[in-house]
Amino acid sequence: MARVIVDVMLKPEILDPQGQAIARALPRLGFSGVSAVRQGKRFEIELEGPADEAAIADVRKMAETLLANTVIEDYTVRVEA
Amino acid sequence: MTTDSVKRAESTPDEPMPFAELGMKQDEYDRVKEILGRRPTGSELAIYSVMWSEHCSYKSSKVHLRQFATKAPHSDALLVGMGENAGVVDIGDGWAATFKIESHNHPSYVEPHQGAATGVGGIVRDIMSMGARPIAVMDALRFGGAHQDDTRRVLPGVVEGISHYGNCLGLPNIGGEVAFDECYIGNPLVNALCVGLLRKDQIKLATAPGPGNKVVLFGASTGPDGIGGASVLASATFEDESQAKRPAVQVGDPFMEKLLIECCLELYAADVVVGIQDLGAAGVSCATTELAAKGTGGMAVDLNLVPLRDPSLRPEEILMSESQERMMAVVRPSDIPAFMAICEKWDVPATVIGEVTDTGRLVMTWHGETIVDIPPGTAADEGPVYERPFHEPAGQAALNADTPDTLARPADLRATLLQLLGSPNLASKAWVTDQYDRYVRSNTVLAQPADAGMLRISEAIAGAEPTTRGIALSTDGNGRYAKLDPYAGAQLALAEAYRNVAVTGAKPLAVTNCLNFGSPEDPEVMWQFAEAVRGLADACRTLGVPVTGGNVSFYNQTGSTAIHPTPVVGVLGVIDDVAKRVPTGFVAEGLRVALLGDTAAEFGGSEWAHVAHGHLGGLPPEADLEAERALGAVLVEAAARGLLEGSHDLSDGGLAIALAESCLARGIGATVALSGEPFTDLFSESAGRALVVVRPEAFDEFAALCAEHEVPCYGLGVTGGESLVVQDVLEVPVSELRDTHSGALPAVFG
Repeated sequence: MARVIVDVMLKPEILDPQGQAIARALPRLGFSGVSAVRQGKRFEIELEGPADEAAIADVRKMAETLLANTVIEDYTVRVEA
Repeated sequence: MTTDSVKRAESTPDEPMPFAELGMKQDEYDRVKEILGRRPTGSELAIYSVMWSEHCSYKSSKVHLRQFATKAPHSDALLVGMGENAGVVDIGDGWAATFKIESHNHPSYVEPHQGAATGVGGIVRDIMSMGARPIAVMDALRFGGAHQDDTRRVLPGVVEGISHYGNCLGLPNIGGEVAFDECYIGNPLVNALCVGLLRKDQIKLATAPGPGNKVVLFGASTGPDGIGGASVLASATFEDESQAKRPAVQVGDPFMEKLLIECCLELYAADVVVGIQDLGAAGVSCATTELAAKGTGGMAVDLNLVPLRDPSLRPEEILMSESQERMMAVVRPSDIPAFMAICEKWDVPATVIGEVTDTGRLVMTWHGETIVDIPPGTAADEGPVYERPFHEPAGQAALNADTPDTLARPADLRATLLQLLGSPNLASKAWVTDQYDRYVRSNTVLAQPADAGMLRISEAIAGAEPTTRGIALSTDGNGRYAKLDPYAGAQLALAEAYRNVAVTGAKPLAVTNCLNFGSPEDPEVMWQFAEAVRGLADACRTLGVPVTGGNVSFYNQTGSTAIHPTPVVGVLGVIDDVAKRVPTGFVAEGLRVALLGDTAAEFGGSEWAHVAHGHLGGLPPEADLEAERALGAVLVEAAARGLLEGSHDLSDGGLAIALAESCLARGIGATVALSGEPFTDLFSESAGRALVVVRPEAFDEFAALCAEHEVPCYGLGVTGGESLVVQDVLEVPVSELRDTHSGALPAVFG
């Protein structure tokens, strides 16, 4: 049993209206000192077996085909300790 | 980092510029050098390359599109014609409507959701820039075969994108089309239409008059959106650190657009706008050159003042960025405080980036250096014009000779009806349209699956009396017809949209069009285009409805295979009293059913040939526009006199499909009898026909009206019962029709 984390973020050059909305809301709630916010998605994938090379390659494929829209998003894959 | 200033360009006349990478031809580049008397700077090249692109300059289509003006019928309703952001027509009682359709095909293939969403955003801004409140949208969509894998990627994304953006804006989506054909598999067509409403004395134009007036950029900040091309300039020419690959995909923000709409309307009401232009393709380049060219003629802009989302942007990129939700206004200096206060109220960032001058030059600076110094008209209006060669496609004669006459006629017409009714092109589009909000703003009178969308005119504007008027809109197009004969195909598209508006009781007034074709550099495609434009212009003259604007989309092809030529035509009509609208289909039992118009055996390009035989050949149905006009006159007059209880136009699939859809409208059956050969009567696609239902006691008056206009009127039978019965031919329970009709798309798309 292992848990693999996939983080998906909009590519840095792509407009992120949700992140901007959050950045605009923060000062209204009294938080200062924030210059920008970008919002992404985190997926926790529970594997039946160990997080070996083959399993990670599989998760990458999942990210590529379903979890991320690679036209506008980047993703990273890591194993949770 | 070196800035390529005008001074530097003068001192380095021989520096090679990447004009070819920006899609510019050698002779076009030479012309820029001739205009300027020197080599262009990187920024100037950015401006000329986008403004002289096919998309912005219409360089291949212009010589043909002129017919829309030279052949235009006289129309008292036309307030603003072609050449502005959108056409404007007088709809009575002091009101005007502005409407336009535009393509967003390629972006919707690359990223279906965002591509389709920003297509809605772009056309809505065109309508806003005319001074109007956008009141509805519709989308004409064409995809590859429903069974093809990529369609399952593209269609759901496009539908989501349209519904996301439109629903967030609070605009009803009142109609449009969804069609499938394998020719669109690598090139889906996403044509977005928007209609807006304004008082007819409040039209705004894209112009920058009055030296000293300020140029204000407002809305979203500028980022590296849709400037794949410009990075060539920023990195290849100037020994710059390597630029990250710039995205061709633009992401829209409908909530910013909603703020822009309300902000603009308040700015108009406060009368603090002299001229206005939306930023679409070619962004700041397009807005500055076009505003300046139509105004006093000069403008000075400091590009450092443009608010940036990404501070690393180079001036060339700022000029070409297609970041969404931006507008540019020309404002008198004394009105600037009021203008800024309104923007601030709506949380819309606004920045003065320059002013109007009388120098006749568009001058831009970057860190104090002059980087652009051009006559704006040379970029905006005096782009290259091509008389592209064209000739009839090599296979056209063979295609036309391959008539459907030899196709085996079906023995079982009941099975054929169900086969067609459940085919992707004729099946219920509820799976798509149910994802759109059709009734928001509460002025929607008719929406899908009605023949046309209809809205009542109800806006709270000071000084405007209440009115009973409404507007109706429909878009239509048939790529198969246009492939067989582009001249007739374009006319049939107009005829169908015209008929769809007329069957609701609205009088057709004006036309917008979106012309989707392959590469203009292919003489066979160019022939299709030339024929389609000629056909549409001739038909507009006969029907008395002028073209008010539209858009040309070329290069819709995969490799050397072009899509079917697909002119999509939108017609706007007006009805004096929305309470007299005619709903679609059989609305009650015991009504007389009549068929208007004549039927011939016309199966070329028909849905039957397509579905039953996978056949495309022969000639499309004849487009008899005089008959179409007479039919429209009967329908409008009959609606005004209250003679019609329901109606439905005949188009793809012929009478059989029109009868089935009419039964499905309210779940009421009918019993009808045919007088001719049953297969032809049921499935021929002859144009100029409509189905109506009339109260028995009103039938004589209606038949007399038809006779007066020389429109053939054939009594077919009566409504009632739970089945569609065609005597001696077929009988199908309405419930079976419904299962077949509504089950098809969910079975494919889930």
